[in-house]
Amino acid sequence: MAWRPMRAMTTKEFRQLRRDRRTLALLIFQPLVLLVVFGYAASFDVDHVSAAVYGPAAEQVAHALPDALTVQTVSASGDRADAEAALRAREVVVAVLTGSGGADGVLVDGSQLFAARSVVSALAAAGVPAQPQVLYNPGLETPPVLVPALAGLVLAFVGTIATSLGVVRERQTGTMEQLAVMPFRPSDVLIGKLLPYLVVALVDLALVMVASVVVFDVPFNGSLPLFVTGSVLFLTVALGTGLLISTLSENQGQAMQLSMMMTLPQVLLSGAIFPLESMAVVLQWIAYALPLTWFVELARGVMLRAAGWSELAVPLAALAGLAVAVLGLSIARVRRDLLPARAGRTAPDATVAVAGAAR
Amino acid sequence: MRWGVEDVTVLFGERTALAGVDLAITPGTVTAVVGGDGAGKSTLLRVCSGALRPTQGTVRLPPSERIGAMAEIPGVYRDLTVGEHLRFVADAYGLSAATVQSRSRELLGRAGLADTADRLAGHLSGGMRQKLAVVLALLHRPDLLVLDELTTGVDPVSRAELWRLIGHAASGGAGVLVATTYLDEAERASEVLVLHAGRPLLHGAPDELIADATGLEDVVIARQLGTPQETVA
Repeated sequence: MAWRPMRAMTTKEFRQLRRDRRTLALLIFQPLVLLVVFGYAASFDVDHVSAAVYGPAAEQVAHALPDALTVQTVSASGDRADAEAALRAREVVVAVLTGSGGADGVLVDGSQLFAARSVVSALAAAGVPAQPQVLYNPGLETPPVLVPALAGLVLAFVGTIATSLGVVRERQTGTMEQLAVMPFRPSDVLIGKLLPYLVVALVDLALVMVASVVVFDVPFNGSLPLFVTGSVLFLTVALGTGLLISTLSENQGQAMQLSMMMTLPQVLLSGAIFPLESMAVVLQWIAYALPLTWFVELARGVMLRAAGWSELAVPLAALAGLAVAVLGLSIARVRRDLLPARAGRTAPDATVAVAGAAR
Repeated sequence: MRWGVEDVTVLFGERTALAGVDLAITPGTVTAVVGGDGAGKSTLLRVCSGALRPTQGTVRLPPSERIGAMAEIPGVYRDLTVGEHLRFVADAYGLSAATVQSRSRELLGRAGLADTADRLAGHLSGGMRQKLAVVLALLHRPDLLVLDELTTGVDPVSRAELWRLIGHAASGGAGVLVATTYLDEAERASEVLVLHAGRPLLHGAPDELIADATGLEDVVIARQLGTPQETVA
């Protein structure tokens, strides 16, 4: 019968799929998890915006501001310079300047696009007399805010998926066993695999950033060395995540599935598209564990707000911490592949004597 | 014994892969491990190359940088050329450019791979890849050479070339350990260990084994090796 070969093939595939439980679990549960997470994250609405009030009438004006503004700082001695510093450091979205007669100026951080738009609407609706002045993105345009974040997003995708096959491919083709009997340390293998991709990714990033500035008119107002430092850290985390996935996967299919599982949530949770402020607190915590969240903050900070090293110390420290964690875990996993495997229930008197060196 | 194992046992879960195996690998000689599928040859060779720590027993090995090994599946990269493989291994072992050049020329010539330096390993035949893997294992002049399934799937001419290569390594002072399913190849070794179901069945010089192997043992060896009985006798 003609259907018999097809039935044989289908049965064989089912049997293989049943044995590859990790892939099966990913196939079944990944869509559900992603849908729930995305469903809660996908919102452009920012209900509450952080604010600071400076000047002699700060106390009175702070009480009169609309409910949509959550006042975090009230300083009677503060002036415009303090207000700009707070905005540049992304401490608040809006800074209200007061004189003796009440509010006489409102500064808004245009790099936080959706929050800034809702501030402008809220202030207009509340009848605050001072006209808001939008800094860093005066036209409240989308490309200057979105393009740097998308650059990071694309590189996170490409970088993680590219490196996710590195170790698992060595294991599947038998070359990892060869490396295990050669004088390689786990860090030699890991860093050696990461560096070429890091160089390519940096070239890629440079091209993408030039295109952002030339094609999309995104300004680059800040420090190039700061941006490069942050980018190297971010790409190290993205590529290192791919390598970690590779060490955790049993085959290349699993590695691809896990890469998607790691990178897809960053699309919506990193603040690249949807504002972090509109997400549930639990999702915000997840967002802060993702490297793209910190890169988006760093890229917008450098390119739009011209924020400096001290103002971006937190994103830099977070990316550095993630890089150390991801590479450390990857090296620990590769150590398992490279060091002598232990047969079951090793007895205390089992010894490996090595001439001239500890093994 | 300089290198080798004493009373080695390897368990994988409840399965015994090796039990009570002794083997000495003397510098300057070739030792062959013979056995059928599942006899424990590859497990023993993984222990002897330092890739597997046994459950019980003693293993004596040179430092890892003085071991040359080829696993059951030859570890070559299909998207690197022969010359690139040689440079990769040379860098890993810290060999000088001059050493690499002369040693590569010598080994590739002996292996019949003299004109392949610019060819991708993926474009070589299975036998040529096998010979490349042996050349790579020999490049740094190891003190201990451990080669699993040395000639499986290799044509008779290439088999002869591979045996010449390892014979030359042994004459240079290396201790060579080879696993094979072919008893006729084991006869080229100074010492042969026959494994059956993870346990040593026979051990000694090839001519002693052939002289001693009688009756039931003959049958067992012939069945395990998949070799006609006449070959043994």
